[in-house]
Amino acid sequence: MTETQIEIIKALQGGLPLSEEPFLEVARKAGVPQDELLAQIKAWKDDGTIRRFGAMLRHHRAGYPVNAMGVWNVPDDRIEEFGRTAAASEAVTHCYQRPRFANFRYNLYTMIHGRLREDCEKAARRISEQTGITDYALLYTTREFKKVGPVYFPSEV
Amino acid sequence: MDDLDRRLLNIVQADFPIAARPYLVLGKRLGIAEGEALERMRALVESGVVREIGASFDARRLGHASTLVAAKVPPERLEEVANIVSSFQQVTHNYGRDHEYNLWFALVCRDAGEIERTLEEIKARTGVSDIHELPAERTFKLRVDFRF
Repeated sequence: MTETQIEIIKALQGGLPLSEEPFLEVARKAGVPQDELLAQIKAWKDDGTIRRFGAMLRHHRAGYPVNAMGVWNVPDDRIEEFGRTAAASEAVTHCYQRPRFANFRYNLYTMIHGRLREDCEKAARRISEQTGITDYALLYTTREFKKVGPVYFPSEV
Repeated sequence: MDDLDRRLLNIVQADFPIAARPYLVLGKRLGIAEGEALERMRALVESGVVREIGASFDARRLGHASTLVAAKVPPERLEEVANIVSSFQQVTHNYGRDHEYNLWFALVCRDAGEIERTLEEIKARTGVSDIHELPAERTFKLRVDFRF
């Protein structure tokens, strides 16, 4: 990572201003010409450093107020197959394998969004039927305490 | 939110134009003027549907480490503990959930060492010790956009 790249990342944090030429302001903050900024963002999108560039929504304001973290106990030799099936579900936005811990026997995590609890339950039931994995739980969000973008390269350190 | 807003949202979530005049590009795609595209975007931000327009980086590719953490907090202390957890800059997401492990939060740190130090500090400051670090071992899907 070059100094210029770090300046660009810092300038992008907090999002684009709402103006006709938003990248111009970001470029000024980063101290680079706008062309260089645009080329760098495109290059990062191409190589996966930027996973996505766009509008981040508040899902509860956007008509998907219910969020359930589905956790699944999947035998090691069926993880691949389960992961692919769960990932194909439209209601699933994130799907990860994570370690089991203490008495928590679940090792596959699916983030499920819906308009109603029933939507999440239905999506989970469908994945269960498709995979034959029946040992799962849905952990509903009771409160959102924090949701922000990460701070990369904070200036005070 | 009308049909044009929905079309605008479908485009800008995954494919915000990386161009000097992005709203001109969006306007052309939607058949509206640059100014209207910008004003519709502004309204979506002001009404709270859109949190921000920006880049979602792959933390690992920036050399950073990230993890999910599960904590078992006495229910009567949930809010107090959650507020301490949220006060750490490294914490990006922090949710209460209806389970015996009732607080789930995500950390993005410069390296694995910073994750360890942050969790130790959280344990020390909250007195909560039943805390487990659950880094993703494999990612099958990561799609944060919604269809309208």
